[in-house]
Amino acid sequence: MSKIHYREWGIESPRYWGLLAVLAAIVALGGFATLYMEHEGHWVTGMTNQVVWGTPHVFAIFLIVAASGALNVASIGSVFGQKMYKPLARLSGLMAITLLVGGLIVLVLDLGQPARLIVAMTTYNFKSIFAWNIYLYVGFLAIVAVYLFTMMERKANRYSHGVGVLAFVWRLILTTGTGSIFGFIVARQGYDAAIMAPMFIIMSFAYGMALYLLVLMFTFNTDERPLGDMVVRRLKNLLGVFVAAIFYFTLVYHLTNLYGTENHAYEAFILRDGGVYTWVFWLGWVLLGMVVPMGILFHPALGAQRGAITIAALLVVLGGLSAIYVIVIGGQAFPMSMFPGYTVIESGYYDGVDGMARAYSPSLPEFLLGLGGIALALLATFVAVRLLQFLPTSLADEVVDPHLAK
Amino acid sequence: MKGKFGISVLLALCLVMFVGPGSALADEDDEVAAAGVEGTARADKLDACVAPTAFMRRNHFELIEHQRDITVHEGIRKTDNSLAGCIDCHVRHDAAGQYVPVNAQGEFCSACHEYVGASLDCFTCHATKPTGTE
Amino acid sequence: MSQPIDKQRRAFLATASGAAAATAVAPGVFLHAVAEAAPRDSAVSDSVRYGMLIDTSKCAEGCTDCVSACDRENGLDMLLKPEGASDQHWDMQRPRWIRQVKLKNNLTGRVTALPMMCQHCEHPPCVDVCPTGASFRRADGIVMVDRHTCIGCRYCMMACPYNARSFIHESVRLKPTATPRGKGCVESCNFCVHRLDNGGTTTACQDACQHGAIVFGDLRDPNSAVSKALAQYPSEQIRADLKLNTGVRYTDI
Repeated sequence: MSKIHYREWGIESPRYWGLLAVLAAIVALGGFATLYMEHEGHWVTGMTNQVVWGTPHVFAIFLIVAASGALNVASIGSVFGQKMYKPLARLSGLMAITLLVGGLIVLVLDLGQPARLIVAMTTYNFKSIFAWNIYLYVGFLAIVAVYLFTMMERKANRYSHGVGVLAFVWRLILTTGTGSIFGFIVARQGYDAAIMAPMFIIMSFAYGMALYLLVLMFTFNTDERPLGDMVVRRLKNLLGVFVAAIFYFTLVYHLTNLYGTENHAYEAFILRDGGVYTWVFWLGWVLLGMVVPMGILFHPALGAQRGAITIAALLVVLGGLSAIYVIVIGGQAFPMSMFPGYTVIESGYYDGVDGMARAYSPSLPEFLLGLGGIALALLATFVAVRLLQFLPTSLADEVVDPHLAK
Repeated sequence: MKGKFGISVLLALCLVMFVGPGSALADEDDEVAAAGVEGTARADKLDACVAPTAFMRRNHFELIEHQRDITVHEGIRKTDNSLAGCIDCHVRHDAAGQYVPVNAQGEFCSACHEYVGASLDCFTCHATKPTGTE
Repeated sequence: MSQPIDKQRRAFLATASGAAAATAVAPGVFLHAVAEAAPRDSAVSDSVRYGMLIDTSKCAEGCTDCVSACDRENGLDMLLKPEGASDQHWDMQRPRWIRQVKLKNNLTGRVTALPMMCQHCEHPPCVDVCPTGASFRRADGIVMVDRHTCIGCRYCMMACPYNARSFIHESVRLKPTATPRGKGCVESCNFCVHRLDNGGTTTACQDACQHGAIVFGDLRDPNSAVSKALAQYPSEQIRADLKLNTGVRYTDI
């Protein structure tokens, strides 16, 4: 294997600054939306006392889940010793950090009392998964930062494997924690399932890989750095396998639910009668998010085209946002079953009269805040690859895998 | 070089997103109130507060904060150090005999807090004058 | 069934809080002299567990006396709809501590009405999930929110099986001394804790109920009206399957 060289991202200044300006504008819009929501209070959002987590949480959870998944490429390189993935590892670690920061900022800015973040950092309830997650997130950032250091500083290279293993184990725990935020909620029909945690792990694999692939292809393309077909093929095949795995988990989740009579109403809601949630499930989560991307990625001709792969990866991202929308908001819109065997015929506070769903429609500021988080993650990524040596100068097949050298 | 600038832009944006909301929290202005009349607060007729004035000036928030925790968590309400007690005694009346909020301009709490530039967070949630409930 | 509970309750009220604390004016209506009773001077302990028994058969359809009494007592009626908010959206965002729910038995078609509020669980999910410990259970069994440490994440609202909690979505201009309230925190029924701590023995909803459907008191005291009623009549917890050991129980759902 020839020596891998890394160099700062070298696209021409006007393009670079133009790109940063666009992203910064989106971040600024998110910032203004936040100021507006915090000043007025949450009444300007679509969130209510029945649907308490809204669009910002969909974006935040998506980013947090994708962050741990973005680290996969690095893990495959250093934990499982796959040489081909080693040059890909720096960007992978970087994106793990930027995506997580983007997600956490969205989550924090949606708090009713964001100025009290310091309280969350100093007062803990150790029974709360949220409180564990604060440790898991901060720890993850620290470990991945050290991991990046061991990769980028030659003298520290020999620790890279050990830290890489730690980072891999940590990210598994982290996504389990994120999934458990929902899995541990016994009150709501759609959430109380142990399968949530492994499902979130597999989702993180796919969403992180999709975002990674998009950023990798974009940065290499614009910089005219060689990106070999074999590298792309391996990554897109992995993406396809991960999406297939989500498909499997989705199927098992709903099939086990359909087996138990107590979950029939919830399943009917998501799969058949839930209106917008049913649409988002079938169209977003299943068709555009899983079936079409798998069709593209595993198609002998389409799967070899960069354009088609880009579309597939974008669809996986869209599918991810849809999936989390259905889980987070659909799960709340479905009325809690407080009185099994009874029908609520009147209620002073939206207890699901005649099984009716609770209303939620996303508001513009919420959406802008979420979008701002994604833009912030990308902005940070692009600034970092411009400043430091994250990207290898070449990922041509013969550079990455000496067996292919002619 | 260009990189440094990029970082500062990023930091500035983070700052806007983080700090902005915090500073925007100081929004509620109580309704414009008539000025309190000198000498109408119960405290005006007393020699000293629950502790010497000099001590109270420096330490009142610690007393209130300590009391706050034991009231909320342990239910102890028989005390000299409750915020409600402070307000009860220090609130002034206007010329018409109506209570003037303690955080209105120039009134007991805000006069001093504004002077020293210390934030006054109690009244985003707590009543600023006696409301007749305990 | 209504008579014994009322009698017991009067007896309980008279003995537990001193002769002057409560006066029966009419059946089920009590006047309270909270100010005459002494504020608490020592920490609450687990020798008391506050709880309630709600006799659903007495809860009259269409009556919302408990709801308006709670609104008045806790300043919920002082909240103003933010300018520009739609009525329907505001109705979903305004806080409610107690509400009336009307149920129909799917098999028999029998209709019952009951008030729902925080069930003051012994093992409250809202307390388990709260990252800062702001959602807590007091030694005497009252589940409440320390709004000084609440960061407004709403995880407790996700976790509560009873939809009992409310988030304050807007700036609050008017707030009573007894019930502080501000934008961005979560709150819920606290059994009128300010009354109990100041020597009171009843909740606002209980006092307001003309039908005597609500009996409140100390579950640990075998002689309390609520303990005696619980011993005498079959009662149930809502979502007993979750094994939360609720402090609010119902008869005759």
